[in-house]
Amino acid sequence: MLKSLLIDPEKCTSCLQCEMACSFEHEGAFNPAKSRIKVFEFEHGRRAIPYTCTQCAEAWCLHACPVEALSRNTETGAVELDEAICVGCKVCTIACPFGTINYNADSGKVAKCDLCGGDPQCAEACPTGAITYVDANWTGLERMKQWAVKTDSQAPNQSPGA
Amino acid sequence: MSWQRKVLRVDLSDGSHKVEPLNMDWANAYLGERGLASKYLMEMMDPKTDPMAPENVLIFATGPLTGTMASTSGRYAVVTKGPLTNAIACSNSGGKFGAELKYAGYDLLILEGRSPQPVYLHIVDDRVEILPADELWGTTVWHTEEHLKAKHQNPLLKVASIGKAGESGVYYACIVNDLHRAAGRSGVGAVMGSKNLKAIAVHGTVGVRVEDPKAFMAAAKHCNDLLAESDGRKELTELGTNAMMDSMQEFGSLPTRNFREVQFEGVEKVNASAMSAPDASGHVNLITNKACFGCTIACGRIAHINEKHFTIVNRPEYRHASGGLEYETAFAFGPACGIDDIDALTFAGYMMNEHGMDPISFGVTLAAAMELYDIGALTKEQTDGIALEFGNAEALTVMAEKTGKGEGFGKELGLGSKRLCEKYGHPELFMGVKGQEFPGYDTRGLQGMGLGYATSNRGACHLKHDTFAEDMEDQSGTGKAKPCKDTQDSTAALDSTGICLFTAGSWGPEELAMMVNAACEGEWDKARMLETGERVWNLERQFNLAAGLTKADDTLPKRLLEEPAPSGTAKGKVTELDKMLPEYYALRGWTEEGVPTNETLARLGL
Repeated sequence: MLKSLLIDPEKCTSCLQCEMACSFEHEGAFNPAKSRIKVFEFEHGRRAIPYTCTQCAEAWCLHACPVEALSRNTETGAVELDEAICVGCKVCTIACPFGTINYNADSGKVAKCDLCGGDPQCAEACPTGAITYVDANWTGLERMKQWAVKTDSQAPNQSPGA
Repeated sequence: MSWQRKVLRVDLSDGSHKVEPLNMDWANAYLGERGLASKYLMEMMDPKTDPMAPENVLIFATGPLTGTMASTSGRYAVVTKGPLTNAIACSNSGGKFGAELKYAGYDLLILEGRSPQPVYLHIVDDRVEILPADELWGTTVWHTEEHLKAKHQNPLLKVASIGKAGESGVYYACIVNDLHRAAGRSGVGAVMGSKNLKAIAVHGTVGVRVEDPKAFMAAAKHCNDLLAESDGRKELTELGTNAMMDSMQEFGSLPTRNFREVQFEGVEKVNASAMSAPDASGHVNLITNKACFGCTIACGRIAHINEKHFTIVNRPEYRHASGGLEYETAFAFGPACGIDDIDALTFAGYMMNEHGMDPISFGVTLAAAMELYDIGALTKEQTDGIALEFGNAEALTVMAEKTGKGEGFGKELGLGSKRLCEKYGHPELFMGVKGQEFPGYDTRGLQGMGLGYATSNRGACHLKHDTFAEDMEDQSGTGKAKPCKDTQDSTAALDSTGICLFTAGSWGPEELAMMVNAACEGEWDKARMLETGERVWNLERQFNLAAGLTKADDTLPKRLLEEPAPSGTAKGKVTELDKMLPEYYALRGWTEEGVPTNETLARLGL
């Protein structure tokens, strides 16, 4: 089953455990400056929104890469970088409409989310369930359920989580 | 290994800076943060130094766990000599600044001297700049953070700054980072202001590595799971620290109207439930909760004020969300001043964050001013025409802003309660210890809290020991000295790691040792953690004794020692400090005058 990251900003407290986990997995150090997932805060912290690569089916970055350093991992669905091939030309960073592939001046290569090979550490570390790893075909299932319960006349007071 | 092994030293007098190796002998003896910074302070300056003189040293210190995946790892401490207390000041803060400072590659940032002009520090890894702050001087904390991020085109900058309160020497000015987290107590912001340092803006890309990554991740997972499962953690997440208010009300230890009373009739309008209940027009104060760096508790509250409330009805610039009420803020503005208007409390809280002031000290100082007004020692002519009556919400919000901006009677309130009460002829109305105002716990019900207040090295404080369990069980002075001493030591160790005190319900010295041991070189266990904490406590005591403090400063106001609690479970009781203090000194290995004996110092390697 193909899985994908599902982000629910409502649950995010902006603790940045995800950024630490990501950088630890990829860099061996706790270093949010090198994290592939970033949390953005708005209005004095009223809202916090984690954002990372959605692994586009038709990936702009992959198509733009002139040396074919980016390829699809068919098992996880992630677009992965082969650092040995990447020449640091940054064309992929221009091509990506979402800004989720970025140049790393220390390595001279680009870096992006690779779903940690199918065990994304950001989801593992998230203490509130704001980041989960779910069936890629049913990322909307929980939201559907929340709306469905509102149509349930048999149990008008039932909470969405019940 | 989780040490960066680097200290950034900045001399503001001549504008120079240098990076020097961390003294690892001291790190091994005192850990980081509070302990390590206290050691540097003790070695670098004469404790008799005037806190506002250039010779005072201001240290920002991270700990060995700061910036790691151990929950709550965002803490840093500011250590200096405090103007409010003339004692060692150690204020720690969460938010995201502390971890960022460590990610830039530094365990400690040491600031010496005084800049001839207002400046700010801009640090990106090993690039350190001291830049002019003329256009920032006189502006608020909120403006400063926004301005610096825009100016340097770097939204990832983390900023710690002072407001006008720190610039103008309000005795309890604080240092605010990330808009609404603060190194709040003892006037550390006034010291920063005395150095003409407006802000520190830092971005770090170096990261933090640990000695044994596998062992560390296992230890952090174990500890984070313990925290996740604890009921205390769940309550903090759900209700925030203001959950405490109902407990104190019920127990009869909720300081009301400058500690004249111990229960507040308006409690239901300012407690945690009030924050999440709709008001008459349907407005709900609380919006959500937010976490500091790395924190899986997220006790922080984000709130907003009813747009029709008198404080903001004509001020749309305050209609946004911002940091909401913590228990200490709610107690100090609410019960302590007899005020039950939650929007007014929230607005006054905004003023504290925006202008950089400690809400405990401000609120308890205002409470004293209200009592002075009540007994006729202050008149309306002296208070800018505002009736400083207990319960007057407008007096709270107006005076909070005036104090922040240094206007009118606000300048008097900026003196703090001790100096204000002395000036107006009633020193006995100062509610605090060593010049620092009390937090929200009356000691006639909570005896061990009284001992903790009296002996805290930074003046009245609830965060340096924990005797709640013993205090709730028995309301006498018996059996309080030992848990007070023991938790002072364990807390001093915790405060030296980079971890938040709110983990203490789930993590003891064993858990901390497990993580420190995996993060750093050297063998760390429970016994070593506790001995380190005791060493830190005694070092702080030595600083204070050298600064001129004596046994006479380990005391409480007459009100708590002689006036019986008027209601609650401790009705009729006073604080039995005379019973607890000698027992405490003996347990500490101090003389009857409260001085560590040579044996004690030798045992701790001091």
